[in-house]
Amino acid sequence: MSVVDQAQNAVAFMEDKTHEQHLDQLLWMMRTRRDEAASRVPEWEQLRDLASQIKEHTLSNLGHYLEMFESRAEANGVTVHWAQDAHEHNQIVYHILSDRKADSLIKSKSMLTEECDTRQFLENRGIRVTETDLGERIQQLDDQPPSHIVGPSWHKTTQDVAHLFARAYGSDKDKADPVYLGHVMRENTRVLIEEGKAGMTGANFAVAETGAIVTVTNEGNADLSGNVPELRICSVGLEKVIPRNEDLAVFIRLLTRSATGNAITQYTSHFLAPRQNGEMHIILVDNGRSSRLGMEKFWPSLKCIRCAACMNTCPVYRRSGGLSYGSTYMGPIGIIMMPTFDVRRYSELPFSSTLNGSCTNVCPVKINVHEQIYAWREVMEQNGQIQLVKKEAMRAAGEVLSHPRLYRIAASSAEPDMKLLPHFVLYNHFNAWGRHRDVPQPGKETFHDWYKKNRISTAGQEIT
Amino acid sequence: MQVALMIPCYIDLFYPQVGVATLELLEKLNVDVVYPFDQTCCGQPMANSGCFEEGRATEELFIKNFAGFDHIVTPSGSCTHHIRNKFTAAAGSPERRKVSASVYDLVEFLHDVLQVREFPWAKFQHKVALHNSCSAIRGLGLASMSERVHDRKFSKPKSLLEHVPGIQFTNFERVDECCGFGGTFSVTEEAVAAKMGYDKIGFMSESGAEYIVSSDMSCLMHLQGCANRLGKNLKVFHIAEILNGVAL
Repeated sequence: MSVVDQAQNAVAFMEDKTHEQHLDQLLWMMRTRRDEAASRVPEWEQLRDLASQIKEHTLSNLGHYLEMFESRAEANGVTVHWAQDAHEHNQIVYHILSDRKADSLIKSKSMLTEECDTRQFLENRGIRVTETDLGERIQQLDDQPPSHIVGPSWHKTTQDVAHLFARAYGSDKDKADPVYLGHVMRENTRVLIEEGKAGMTGANFAVAETGAIVTVTNEGNADLSGNVPELRICSVGLEKVIPRNEDLAVFIRLLTRSATGNAITQYTSHFLAPRQNGEMHIILVDNGRSSRLGMEKFWPSLKCIRCAACMNTCPVYRRSGGLSYGSTYMGPIGIIMMPTFDVRRYSELPFSSTLNGSCTNVCPVKINVHEQIYAWREVMEQNGQIQLVKKEAMRAAGEVLSHPRLYRIAASSAEPDMKLLPHFVLYNHFNAWGRHRDVPQPGKETFHDWYKKNRISTAGQEIT
Repeated sequence: MQVALMIPCYIDLFYPQVGVATLELLEKLNVDVVYPFDQTCCGQPMANSGCFEEGRATEELFIKNFAGFDHIVTPSGSCTHHIRNKFTAAAGSPERRKVSASVYDLVEFLHDVLQVREFPWAKFQHKVALHNSCSAIRGLGLASMSERVHDRKFSKPKSLLEHVPGIQFTNFERVDECCGFGGTFSVTEEAVAAKMGYDKIGFMSESGAEYIVSSDMSCLMHLQGCANRLGKNLKVFHIAEILNGVAL
């Protein structure tokens, strides 16, 4: 697959000012609410430290806790599967369904199933899949992936949704009223939920000591997906395991406050065992996680609890929209995760950042996000993934800037025609600077020349 | 006290007056300023683009020029951050450790080392939007960060500027959101960079500011370009110019 050009995709998103402004304001509101929520918890920073330590401890003993989880879950009557990659995961899901002649699946939002492209896999094999999360269902109807890991359709305005529902359900396209639209969705999706032969959820946490899957939702859709059908499947990334229920308390306090500024969601559900006469399957999925755990610099992204605070605070994400990243995970956390899936396809993502560091500061599990973005840039260089034109410009700049005499020649040719300078100071091949901003003009003389004229008598140094 | 003055490449070329103001200010404070003549750049433009290899010789040149000094001062938070925290050349060598430990952004040098609290020669009777760069805030810790809601609130640039008679600070929204410069980001992702700059200019303009003051000229280069394009009458000054005294 070709390299994702996030910058170009962002231009397309920003062409329509309404959406850019809508997303920026909505997500900045989330960031503000996060700040307010954090300020009401005096021990906020200690919680972050603790959460980070629990995750690091668990990841350092991952095999131990996964096996503990497996044995406790099996003792609860759950069937536990292990999947090495996306394909194996999808095969397992498909066989669970097809062996039981289940031709319809209702599922709640799960980024892992996005990662595995599970919906498409099952639909290609004749299984009807219905997303039950409102935002995810909107994206399904629009045939788009989620643009945000907490609010999959947050880039859409209510008008967009009204138009979409009018197409999909014949509702009133001019009635951009959230309550009305909520009812339209409910009427059209409830029946599918009731008919569903099987239900599927992801997991926010998998508690090793109890064998429980924990989901954190507002709409209760994970509960419907998990509890209405007799057959229940939970897909869980290996890194979602935590040791104890006690640890869960730390994460629950951080997760929703970081995500939306709410103290807690409407539903924090523990799925422990199959319902009476039912079946429950848990699939523990690796899909690149264990190899990421072995990456000296890049394992910390496995601590992520998917709160999306880094996206909400990211000034680049807010202007570009999540779809511009062309990836399952987007924004700052996406930039550091996606190259572990495909280093070539996502080779440009580490450059879609100003390295401002706000992401690192809001991360509830203290992932050093912006430092990893910077470190990925080096990897892209070492792997030869940096565009030749950029590499050449930087090679030329490095040549000039490491030789004082060349630099002085270049600097003096700034007057009158600026031929050399923009190339290495602004990397201005395509006049990219000047498209939306006035170009700075060089000074009448450089500081260097001014100094020679005005201070050289006291400096007493050799003139280059 | 002897200090080696490091003038970042873009200040040398585009904003020599900022270099002059830095030099004059240090001289007024009785600092013995040496300007190493063979200096060019800290290597950040290359490293920032992922081209660590291409930047290494420039970093080595920097180390060669500056390793002999106990204090290196530069009017740039981002260069300081690069030299202190991000150099990859000569890793582990005593010279490399020396320059990384000796480099100071002008603000922290004035605030923490010289502990200057008076600028009797300066006055600035205007409304100012103070912009701190992300390198200065989150890289060097020159001001408290909005995300760290429980930290003590402080701003070293502001506590210096507060001693300039007449200066008034405006309050604007999203005070420490990135302005969109971001080094080579400003050209590789120019559309987003410019939008961030436009938004920043919008907030500052709404606050009634007449001038934008910062300790990072690179942010100001970007913001001035945005303000001019938007037709906003906002002018920029480096903090060194204000502290040294500007005649308007």
